[in-house]
Amino acid sequence: MTNDWAHFTPASALGGGALIGLAATILILGAGRIMGAAGILGGALAMRPDDMEWRLSLIAGLLLAPTVMMLFGAADRPHFDASWPVLIVSGLLVGFGTRLASGCTSGHGVCGIARLSPRSLAATALFVATGFLTVFVVRHAIG
Amino acid sequence: MRNILCFAVGLIFGIGLCVSGMTHPDKVLGFLDLAGAWDPSLAFVMAGALTIGFIGFGLAKRRRRDMFGAPLSLPDRGAIDRRLLLGSAIFGLGWGLAGICPGPGLVDVGFLEPRALVFVAAMAVGMVMYNLAALAGFRARPIQQDA
Repeated sequence: MTNDWAHFTPASALGGGALIGLAATILILGAGRIMGAAGILGGALAMRPDDMEWRLSLIAGLLLAPTVMMLFGAADRPHFDASWPVLIVSGLLVGFGTRLASGCTSGHGVCGIARLSPRSLAATALFVATGFLTVFVVRHAIG
Repeated sequence: MRNILCFAVGLIFGIGLCVSGMTHPDKVLGFLDLAGAWDPSLAFVMAGALTIGFIGFGLAKRRRRDMFGAPLSLPDRGAIDRRLLLGSAIFGLGWGLAGICPGPGLVDVGFLEPRALVFVAAMAVGMVMYNLAALAGFRARPIQQDA
């Protein structure tokens, strides 16, 4: 299964999205936690011994997902265009911003909106809008 | 048991990100590039995730405890404050620069992609900077409540 990622891929987007929703459902009903990648990693980096194991277990699952995809012959290596300095600046902003906002695409965008949280709706609208604006400036205004 | 469940959740989450194509930064940037050859796929990923998520969190609303008898940890319904708005704007700026958010960044490290590792390392530094700033006391709410 190799998709033509350069074009609109509605079926794999919906199917992959459903798996993400399923994972969030299992986590909230099974272990009572919100599936937000930034919160889970940020919390692990806070190094509280009694609140580490579940976080590290979940992160281990994320890290091993490509290996499982490879076993099914379905792994597509990602391709990164961004330069090293852009990656570093972007990473710093994403790390600090998601923690300040208490959530990222999965925490606010998926779990928060699924809970109909007004905070998450506002956060998602704003980070998507800022993302649109950033790409417009980088690709069309100065690019 | 709880750790095995969380591991499985990470695996399903990661496989979902791979299947959806969101592990590819250029695909995410294709969604964010409204003025280019716009690719609406990311909106369909959200639609798929929210369809299942509405059911899951709808069920969670009627429950007090998880499978292991511990109380559900749901964030408070707080106000839309400056922290939320400023943080989301900073995140959106970083997201638009490289097309990577925290979940896909971690999965891409699993591809042994060195650029993903650099991104995630910088992201972790950003998070630790936040944790330190919060400890230093700029009116932080408890960190464990965060999504």
